[in-house]
Amino acid sequence: MRRIQMTVDGRGHIAEVEPRLLLLHHLRENLGIGGVHWGCNTTNCGACTVLMNGESVKSCTVLAVQADGAEITTVRGIMENGLWHPVQQAFHETHGLQCGYCTPGMIMASVSLLKENPEPSEQEIREALEGNLCRCTGYENIVKAVQMAAPYVRRSEPVAAS
Amino acid sequence: MIPVAFEYEVAESVDHAIELLGQHGDEAKLLAGGHSLLPIMKLRLAAPAMLVDLGRVNDLKYIRDEGDHIAIGAMTRHCEVERDQTLREHCGLLAYTASLVGDPQVRHRGTIGGSISHGDAASDLPSALLALEAEFVIRGPNGERTVRATDFFKDYLQTDLAPDEVLTEIRVPKLGSNTGWSYQKFNRRAQDWAVVGACAVVERSNGSISTARIGLTNMGSTPLRATAAERALSGADAGSIADAVQNADEGTSPSSDVAASAEFRRHLARVLTRRAVEQAVSR
Ligand SMILES: Cc1cc2nc3c(=O)[nH]c(=O)nc-3n(C[C@H](O)[C@H](O)[C@H](O)COP(=O)(O)OP(=O)(O)OC[C@H]3O[C@@H](n4cnc5c(N)ncnc54)[C@H](O)[C@@H]3O)c2cc1C
Ligand code: FES
Ligand code: FES
Repeated sequence: MRRIQMTVDGRGHIAEVEPRLLLLHHLRENLGIGGVHWGCNTTNCGACTVLMNGESVKSCTVLAVQADGAEITTVRGIMENGLWHPVQQAFHETHGLQCGYCTPGMIMASVSLLKENPEPSEQEIREALEGNLCRCTGYENIVKAVQMAAPYVRRSEPVAAS
Repeated sequence: MIPVAFEYEVAESVDHAIELLGQHGDEAKLLAGGHSLLPIMKLRLAAPAMLVDLGRVNDLKYIRDEGDHIAIGAMTRHCEVERDQTLREHCGLLAYTASLVGDPQVRHRGTIGGSISHGDAASDLPSALLALEAEFVIRGPNGERTVRATDFFKDYLQTDLAPDEVLTEIRVPKLGSNTGWSYQKFNRRAQDWAVVGACAVVERSNGSISTARIGLTNMGSTPLRATAAERALSGADAGSIADAVQNADEGTSPSSDVAASAEFRRHLARVLTRRAVEQAVSR
């Protein structure tokens, strides 16, 4: 067992974990964050995407011990001042989801994209989300959601709910 | 899909990593970004008893302009190689190739050193490094040595690294204004590995090709140079490229799998080499 410490959605957590414990399972089972989805478990679907020190990673392919000392952000931690994050609100507005299974990962991958590239083209959005699979939407409305959110993220403004 | 239990140590430095590897013999494995190793451990195709984590060895994370070449620390991540201004300016092939690896999440974790050490013929960076005639710096219990990329890849997932050695640095040349490059990666779906890939680094003089170096992805058990095509391309001009690359698959031994038959891979090697050389001569 190893003692690790990480900040998850702004709160510090200390835990004793087996080295083989995946960050995904640590977040879901030890910390009870069901918004980190467990999909393929083979690094393909992206449902488990969280931010690690501000960058998107697939939490099924990171050991919890590798995240010792890291700052982790899940979909639960991105609301700002009690309002949905622009990317969350934009997914809602544009119907960027159907069953919702891929959504937390899509949102976190989109948040990471907009940090790295605040003004992405449609093509850049599609390429940046290539590690996230959606079996429902056909991606069109997901791309629209990111396009809608981008200017609000640049201005740090919430998207008004319709 | 959970790996078999293992011991875990954090290396404080390269020397500490070498010491830990020495203590545990070939039971131990280095952990870099974990994006090749952890997936195979989860599938239980690998079950090392000990992982030595290089993730905290910050002095392996750098990209430095060394005058005639660029030195890259082994723990530099794909996303950093992709974005680095010095590489983009002087060794665009490497930055571009890194941008095609997997997806953004994979590039936020995977490292150049891990990609090379894993030695997978389907990886993109190794064929670029072959075409660039890169050099690798390796440190072990008896000190440091330098190996040419062309001598490094031995067999399927086998490299020149001994179990107690650490790849520390990758050295790539700065490409001059008469040198063009291209990487043509062929895959069927976004995020996929290359069915076949071809890298070209081409030196031009007076409108024709003086030397061409071609690296092939996924055309055998190791990344390969297309040496027959390289010879035929020497002295070729724009009009004779298509003929010169007709033997780009000579000396390769591609496999047949769900993505492509061996025959189709040979076809792709010829087509992608032509496209790569044509693009390289025009930029
Ligand atoms: C979904 C997915 C898609 C991918 N797509 C692509 C792709 O399209 N193209 C591509 O090229 N790659 C692809 N990859 C692989 C990715 O590039 C990996 O990051 C890379 O191959 C391994 O780097 P790593 O740092 O993760 O190494 P690790 O997985 O940590 O290590 C790999 C191996 O190298 C050894 N090792 C690591 N560092 C050193 C060192 N410094 N010295 C000695 N030995 C060392 C380890 O012991 C291990 O055996 C993909 C991976 C995933 C999960
Ligand atoms: S569960 Fe991690 S990528 Fe699918
Ligand atoms: S909304 Fe169902 S998988 Fe994307």
